[in-house]
Amino acid sequence: MSDGPVILEMKSITKEFPGVRALDDVTMTVRRGEIHAICGENGAGKSTLMKVLSGVHPHGTYEGTILLDGQDVHFANIRASEHAGIAIIHQELALIPELSVTENLFIGGNEVATRGVIDWVEARRRAIELLARVGLEIDPDTAIKNLGVGQQQLVEIAKALAKDVKLLILDEPTSALNEDDADNLLDILRSLRSKGLTSILISHKLNEIAAIADAITIIRDGKTVETLSVADGTVTEDRMIRGMVGRTLESRFPHHTPHIGEPFFEVRDWVVEHPQIPGRLVAKHSSFYVRQGEIVGFAGLMGAGRTELARSIFGRSYGTWLGGEILIDGQPVSIPSVPAAIAHGIAYVPEDRKTLGLNLLDSIKDTIVSAGIARICRRGVIDLEAEDAAAERYRTAMRIKAASIDVGVSTLSGGNQQKVVLSKWMFTEPRLAILDEPTRGIDVGAKYEIYGLINELADQGKGVIMISSELPELLGVCDRIYTVFEGQITGEADARTATQESLMRQMTDTATANPTTTVTR
Amino acid sequence: MSTDLNLVPTGGPLTKNSSWRERFGGLGGNARQYGIFAALVVIILLFQGMTGGRLLYPDNVAALINQNAYVMVLAIGMVMVIIAGHIDLSVGSVVATIGGVTAISIHDWGLSWWLAVLLALVLGAVVGAWQGFWIAYVGIPAFIVTLAGMLIFRGLALAIVSQSIPVLDPTFNGIMANSLPNFLGRLGDADILTLVIGALLILTTIWAQMRSRSALRDHNLAVEAVGVFVAKIVLAALGIGVVTWLLSRSTGGTPIALAICAVLIVAYTFIMGRTVFGRHIYAIGGNRQAARLSGVSTRSVDFWIFVNIGVLAGLTGVIVTSRLGTALAAAGNGFELDAIAACFIGGAAVTGGIGRISGAIVGALIMGVLNQGLSIMGVDPSWTQVIKGLVLLLAVAYDLVSKRRAGTQ
Repeated sequence: MSDGPVILEMKSITKEFPGVRALDDVTMTVRRGEIHAICGENGAGKSTLMKVLSGVHPHGTYEGTILLDGQDVHFANIRASEHAGIAIIHQELALIPELSVTENLFIGGNEVATRGVIDWVEARRRAIELLARVGLEIDPDTAIKNLGVGQQQLVEIAKALAKDVKLLILDEPTSALNEDDADNLLDILRSLRSKGLTSILISHKLNEIAAIADAITIIRDGKTVETLSVADGTVTEDRMIRGMVGRTLESRFPHHTPHIGEPFFEVRDWVVEHPQIPGRLVAKHSSFYVRQGEIVGFAGLMGAGRTELARSIFGRSYGTWLGGEILIDGQPVSIPSVPAAIAHGIAYVPEDRKTLGLNLLDSIKDTIVSAGIARICRRGVIDLEAEDAAAERYRTAMRIKAASIDVGVSTLSGGNQQKVVLSKWMFTEPRLAILDEPTRGIDVGAKYEIYGLINELADQGKGVIMISSELPELLGVCDRIYTVFEGQITGEADARTATQESLMRQMTDTATANPTTTVTR
Repeated sequence: MSTDLNLVPTGGPLTKNSSWRERFGGLGGNARQYGIFAALVVIILLFQGMTGGRLLYPDNVAALINQNAYVMVLAIGMVMVIIAGHIDLSVGSVVATIGGVTAISIHDWGLSWWLAVLLALVLGAVVGAWQGFWIAYVGIPAFIVTLAGMLIFRGLALAIVSQSIPVLDPTFNGIMANSLPNFLGRLGDADILTLVIGALLILTTIWAQMRSRSALRDHNLAVEAVGVFVAKIVLAALGIGVVTWLLSRSTGGTPIALAICAVLIVAYTFIMGRTVFGRHIYAIGGNRQAARLSGVSTRSVDFWIFVNIGVLAGLTGVIVTSRLGTALAAAGNGFELDAIAACFIGGAAVTGGIGRISGAIVGALIMGVLNQGLSIMGVDPSWTQVIKGLVLLLAVAYDLVSKRRAGTQ
């Protein structure tokens, strides 16, 4: 199948954002009727590449050429790319929950309308036809909200088919599905392929890719590493992993000699349910511990459940707690709320600074004292001088670059904002600091400083949990690393002996019993 | 009214980048705040001219305060609600209901005036707790809950008052009719007590400013330039001085209504700037999720701000009933809109997180001066409405445009 005529060629695509080169001379060739997988680490540039292809980043904002069926195409927006037959299905579904399947399939209306008037009988007839093509046996009048996630995913595909799609792009289509639904989805993709549909599949799940793809393009740090043709012979998951991580560890991390003490924080058998989807567990009987002075890493791909686990521990601020216990100094403790978590010496620096970490209307000073305000209060009255003094102390200690502590946090750079958020949590004098993606969106120099601050925390005898999607960072900073996959802790490794390959294997597949799945087609 | 006791947190962070502000760096985050004070002064001078000096007749100044006390009291509660990201549409109806119950308690049950006032405040708290419960713990948007409250309490007011209930207690009616007793006598035509209060206010302002300046120095923190500092104090003293001088020559001296408002302004400015509760209100309005993850009990804060505005609505019920000497079923009609308008004219943000007590008070005064000035000039009340509406629109438009400009620089 993968020797059909070329349908899409992306040549030398380069896309720059201010200060970052997200794509650097990426080239990719997709043949008609194949399933072409793109894989790479978080942030490797997969999504950016698809945004270039689908017109989210319009022609002129990138360099390079896109040939669709041999024609040079210039998409000004998503509508233009849809018109040319490219449909993209995002991770977050774009269906309207209150409307019926038919209404969602023809939400644009033009396919079934004459002079702006929609023919609902025709729409219904075509809806039934489309649903049959994706193997869905449901009443087309069902409201979307009454469908499962797997069925919704298939409705999305049907919606793309309604537009006479030539090239279907699926971004992590199975990340929200359970195994049966995921298998079903892959079957549907196979059957669509046999009817000549070309698709591009972005997935973190290497076993899926190995099972279904005809060709695989691997992207790393915005560059094409290689394109593997499954027909050429054998492609193993190990082979893909090597391509994905193949970067060397540079001396990007400050030197640090750990002084590790006794375990003081332990989580046992922790079970948490998704807040909106009953029955979906985001933490499945997770158990782990942290020692004094230790930096513990949590590795996993996006959506693996690391943030959810961390936030559920931090005063059950995410999901529904179903079971498990937390022990501090060997004693079981109850931490049902954020104030209780702070009182027990837990700090959580969220992954999304702007929506969860900062009040962008506040000054540096107000932010730094906000989580530990009781420390500068007497009977509910704030001592403004103590506030100034505390803020000034952290501005100096954390080397926050700002004219004064009265400067608004919205005007600071990412690195300095992160230092303010770290200061805010250091001010609560925690024993355990949970840092969720502490260096995301920060330039290299500031990253180095943040690593240094993390080391200092550990040297003060605090426990640090660091969640990161960058494996080199975890290997460079942490003492011990847990891997998480689909809400489950799948492994524990000593950072001195672990490698990116060994971690990647554990964070992509629970079925580690068979890590060298060989695919021959 | 223009006393800045320096209890106020640094606000207006969105104007941070403007070059205007850099040039007047000493003004801190107060640029927007000074703008609104300046607007008030300009409007006063404008009407002073157009009314041939009648706007600032001593008795007119006292009347202005008495007539607008209700907006100031409600605006204090409302600005806290708005900063937290909510709205309260029910206060007008609540004022009518509680005013009615207060009148009945004096007229029918023979309660003494102070018990009636206490009853009004407690009832206000109960009403606030009722609405706060639905908003904070059930999670119904405040717009809906207080819209329902608007209907419920207007209905209750009609049911219990039917048309009107007279209040014949002279002390109760005196709350709004009388002034502070001028037991110090008069110096020429000036009430000495008023002069003393004014002088004390000026001294307190100077003392508070000096103290905060030296505290900043002690911590080696930047202080504003001496010129700006002195100018600020002189302007504040001048403002207090003028109002004091005018009031001292009015028939009664300092109206009790002014004393009530002044105490509330100082107390709530302190709460918003210096207490954990105040900080938490700004925090949940600025970013509710971040506040929750910082350990703020967002629900309890939501609940208590509605209890608070309930109590202030209760107080307003007393003020309105006392001023009219009778409870009316139609009392308080449209008060919620006056209070909301005062907050937005005073620089509060519709999206929450931004606003000040002093801003809301100045907003209330701007509307009050407009009302008074236009009515002295004999302008038809229907046109007064039109003008007030336009002022609200322009004030908010000015705010948005200046923020946008600051943001693009």
